[in-house]
This record gives sequence, C-alpha cells and structure tokens, in this order.
Amino acid sequence: MEDFVLNPQDYKIINQHILQYQSMPGALLPLLHAIQDDLGFVPEIAYPLISIALSLSVAEVHGVVTFYHHFRSHKPGRHILQVCRAESCQAMGSEMLELHIKKHLGIDFHETTSDGVITLEPIYCLGNCACSPSVMIDEEVYGRVDSKKIDQLISDLKRAS
Amino acid sequence: MSIKIFVSKDSAALSLGANQVAEAISKEAQARKLDIQIVRNSSRGLFWLETLVEVETVEGRIGFGPINPNDVKSLFDADFIQGGKHPFALGLVSEIDWLKKQERLTFARMGITEPTSIDQYIEHDGFEGLKNALNLDPQGIVQTVTDSGLRGRGGAAFPTGIKWKTVLDTKATQKYIVCNADEGDSGTYSDRMIMEGDPFVLIEGMIIAGLAVGASQGYIYLRSEYPHALKTLNEAIEKAKSAGYLGDDILKSGHAFHLEVRRAAGAYICGEETSLLESLEGKRGLVRFKPPLPAIEGLFGKPTAVNNVISLATVPIILAKGAKYYQDFGMGKSRGTLPIQLAGNLKRTGLIEKAFGITLRELLYDFGGGSLSGKPIKAVQVGGPLGAYLPESQFDTPMDYEKFSEIWAILGHGGIVAFDETVNMAKMARYAFDFCAIESCGKCTPCRVGSTRGVEVMDHIIAGKDVEKHTTLIRDLSDTMLNGSLCGLGGMTPYPVLSALNHFPKDFGVDVKVTKA
Repeated sequence: MEDFVLNPQDYKIINQHILQYQSMPGALLPLLHAIQDDLGFVPEIAYPLISIALSLSVAEVHGVVTFYHHFRSHKPGRHILQVCRAESCQAMGSEMLELHIKKHLGIDFHETTSDGVITLEPIYCLGNCACSPSVMIDEEVYGRVDSKKIDQLISDLKRAS
Repeated sequence: MSIKIFVSKDSAALSLGANQVAEAISKEAQARKLDIQIVRNSSRGLFWLETLVEVETVEGRIGFGPINPNDVKSLFDADFIQGGKHPFALGLVSEIDWLKKQERLTFARMGITEPTSIDQYIEHDGFEGLKNALNLDPQGIVQTVTDSGLRGRGGAAFPTGIKWKTVLDTKATQKYIVCNADEGDSGTYSDRMIMEGDPFVLIEGMIIAGLAVGASQGYIYLRSEYPHALKTLNEAIEKAKSAGYLGDDILKSGHAFHLEVRRAAGAYICGEETSLLESLEGKRGLVRFKPPLPAIEGLFGKPTAVNNVISLATVPIILAKGAKYYQDFGMGKSRGTLPIQLAGNLKRTGLIEKAFGITLRELLYDFGGGSLSGKPIKAVQVGGPLGAYLPESQFDTPMDYEKFSEIWAILGHGGIVAFDETVNMAKMARYAFDFCAIESCGKCTPCRVGSTRGVEVMDHIIAGKDVEKHTTLIRDLSDTMLNGSLCGLGGMTPYPVLSALNHFPKDFGVDVKVTKA
C-alpha cells in the first residue's frame, strides 16, 4: 500500500536535496534525479514540497515526472532489470529474450516480482549495440545476453536478496 | 620493471566481462609472482575482440582477444607477457587490418590512453587545438571550423561553423554551449565511447566553442542510460578545473568557461535540440516551434550553440592541425571523417572512423565480415530508428550525406544495424510507429496520433486484413506525418516505414512495385 505521509527519513533526504538544488538554473531534473537516486523513486506525496521550493505548480512537477521514462512515482523492486528493445538488439534476438525473461519472472514490463526483488522495464538503446542483445541491471550493462546468461544473472540477484 | 597490461574499462567491454578478466589476470600474476601493472584504458572500439588484453612490448602493444575470464590461465601458461603463442594472439594491435584501414582523427587516442589522465591527454596532443584557438579571435575560430567543412555529426549535418557564426553575431550578456549527449539512436555508441574513453577531447572542444561564440557556460546533456560516462565526465571536469582549463580565467587568458553535466531522463525526443533545451530548463521535453533558432533564442532565452558530442570532439583536431588537414578527408560536400558504428547481426562489430566515401558494402563485408548468424544480410538500417532500411541492391551507396539523401535515406549519427534474412520488415515498420508513439512528446497531432494509428494499421496488414487498402492508408498517413510534423520524430518515422514497404513489399503481403516515396 502507498504511504500517505512521507516517513521522517525520506522527508529529511528530500529536503536536503531541495536545499542543495533549488537555486540552480533548471533545477527540477537534477533534483528529481537526486531524490530517485536515493529513494529509488519520486514519491507523489513529495510533489507539493518540490513545487513550493521551485515555485512551480504540483501539476507541473507531476507533468515532468510522468513525461520522462526514467522517473518513477512508485517504489520499485530492489533491482531494476532493463531489457533493450531497440533495433540492434532485435536483430540479435531480443524479442525471444524478452519473452523468456517475462515468462521466467512471471511478470510483464513495469511490474515487480512478488518477492520484491526485480522490477522489469523496457529500454530503448543502452549504447551497447556492438554486443547485442543487451540488458542493464541497476547501473551495469550486460552484452551478448542469451537465455542461459540471463537465468544466471536473475538467480544471482535472487540469491543476493 | 613491471610489465604493463591493458584491459579496457569502456562499458561495452565491461558488459562482456572486462572487470572479471582484469581481476583474473591480477590474481594469476600474483599466484605466479609476476610483476605486472594492469592499466584500465579506453577501448579501441574493436568490440568483436573484447575483452581485448594488450601487453606492452618494445615493438608496441600486442593483443589477445576475445578473452573470457576462464581463458586467463591459458594466457599465462602460454607466457603471453613475453609474447608467447596462444590461439587468441593477435600480434601488434596497431597492425590489425580492421584498425589499420581506418582514419582515426576524432578517435585518435581511443584504446591508447587512460580516460581521465590529463597528463596522458596532453602527451597525446591534447589541448593543442585550444592553445591555437587562444591565439585567434572568435571570428578566426569560427572561420577555421567553417573552412574545415565540419557538419553536425548528430545527424542533421548542418555546417557547425555557420551555426557558431549565428551565435557569435547575436549580441547577448549570456550565451551557452550545449552538448547534445542524448545519443538515443539504436546502433550508435560513438558519443558514449568518447565520453567514457576520451572525455578531455569533448571538454576541449566545448571550451573552444565557448571562445568562438562568446559563451562562458557549457552544459553536457547526457542520457541517463550512460552511468559510466557520467562518472568519467565528472571526474575529467574536476581535473580540467584543477589544471586551469575550466573556470573564471582559463589558462590565464582572461576568458571564463564553466562546464556542467546534466542528466537526461530517458526521453528519446530530448535528442531533438529544442526539446533538449526545454528539458535543461527543467520542463517536459516538448518540442519548440522554430524560429526562433536556438542560436538566437536558446537555453533560458539566450543564444545557444547546440552541438553533438562528435562535432565538438572533432573541433580540437581541426584547430590543432588546421582546416585544410581535416577538409582533405572525405568526398563532395561531406568533408572529414565519420565515426561509423557497426551493430546488430554482424561478425565484427565496432567503431570504424573513416573518411566519407566508403561504401556500405565495404563496411558490412570487409569490416563487418557479414552476418554473425551466417545467413544472408537482408536489410540494414542506417542512422538510427528514424533512418531508412536499405536492401542489398543499395549496399554500394557511399557514406556521404548527399548520396544517401538521393536514395531517400539518411546517414544520421553513423550507426549501421544489420539484419539477416529472418527479419520481417512489416514487423520492423510496425515497430517504427510503435517507437514513435512511445517517444512522441505529444505536441503535434501528426506524430502523437499518427504513430498510434500507424501501429493499428500495421496490425491489420500483419494479420493479412485488406492489405492493399491498408498499405495505401500507410502511405497516406506517412505523407501527413512527413509533411505535417513539428520535428524529425514524426517527420522521419515514415523513413523506416516506407523504405520497408518499398523495398520489401512481400513482407507486407503485397506485391507493390518499388516506387519512390
């Protein structure tokens, strides 16, 4: 269930970032990045805080968070698995890989496994097109991924959690 | 003296296990009590050979690749440090045909230096261009870049010097240099390689751009999918600051230039320059109407030069060696070199910097070695997701902006994605619409609505329903998007769609005569 109030810890983090970024020109994206880097998402209940600090409306903050694929307003799993869907990876069988991963995890894109370990997301190019197909786990890219390799990576994530 | 062993830390090399290889080498050397030093350098861009392990010898660096962590023991057993025989031995790396046949100007240091070592950058001709630029007036710098014939390497191919002149001639208290590092095109990774592998060349290019147009602030708008590039750029910027290349008084010249990296957030449209500027201002990345041009009214309403990573990273060598040196490479109106990126279903993928004029066939077969799957290459997409699909009959087209536009195709950012015969081009046309629908900023109707309608119509075609009628509808829709969209996203989605339809009608279930769009 979603929280209706920010917990004190998150409130403190968000306020620290607001203080750091609010006087920067074009501060909204850097601020949202900083919040998401720490919390894993940008809680909707923080929009009023952000909007007041940057003299924006809550609607404007909501508009920006939802415009960009990178930002999330809901808490994701402990790890983010992004599967590249762009042309170079398609040329190397990413469609099959994508189906395999969805079946293996039992979830679709934008969903999280029931154990809360992995959130699955599509991504359009990781700049690793010389080594297609590629996936990214948190901030690490893996190239020439086949079903065997992804199964190993997934079980490593599950074991570590 | 310890022997130097080089293993790249480019993220493509890391994606294939370069860290594990480096670790295994270090452990094995320790166990055998060998005195080695592992250097983590940039990548040569020979990704088909990554993880490439290089050893410094008196003759030069010798290479072994592709190496997996479990090959490391056998390397030591073969005494690779002393150039011993091994099945993966490649000899002198600089003599590898694939590399030797290239003309590396922008990528001259790639695979040779350590990315964030400013000393190595200087040792390898770094900051020579900046020194020359400091002896010129702004007009002189702009003239040199204009004379070199450099055109925007992001894809639009607009002459860089002319763009700079507009910014220079526009009077304002504040001007900006914005580096478009939102490299979102599938099949491209040259920007990433520069930022991860030779960040100082981009920094130097941006400082020169600042001097040329009178801008004291620069931003690198970097895509969020490149976390390694972010780290490297920030480290390099700090070092450039400490060494006096950035700040209020660069190299005591009286000129100021400040540089900051800003992270994008996964929106393809923000590679479009006006959408990028909106994003930098902290807004949704909605495309702006042009005019006014960003060169006149850009970031925060001020004159702004928005240039791609490769354009900016090419400026230092032009200033260092002169306009003529650069201009002498290339053909027709496409001067200099293009970093070409081979991707998709090819045996030998990687970065090829070549003068304009090389043909697609040479790239696909001589460099690329044909498809990795061994099946015939059916189509290649050049220039990213908005580029046309080319059939085998067009493989003799030389890499040249004008020659490509003659066949209704684009060079774009130089990415080449090869597909073998298993690809279904109707599905690729559907994907092009789908991608446009996902990434559309929503401002103009042809793109916002047209892309979704396109997916629906393609679904009918793929299901074999009223194919003739629906392909006519696709042409009609493409015409609307082509002529009625505000920017290149909606305006160029018809390129992959119609080229697929025109060249591969059978995949659409119709026997359409090849017609020019």
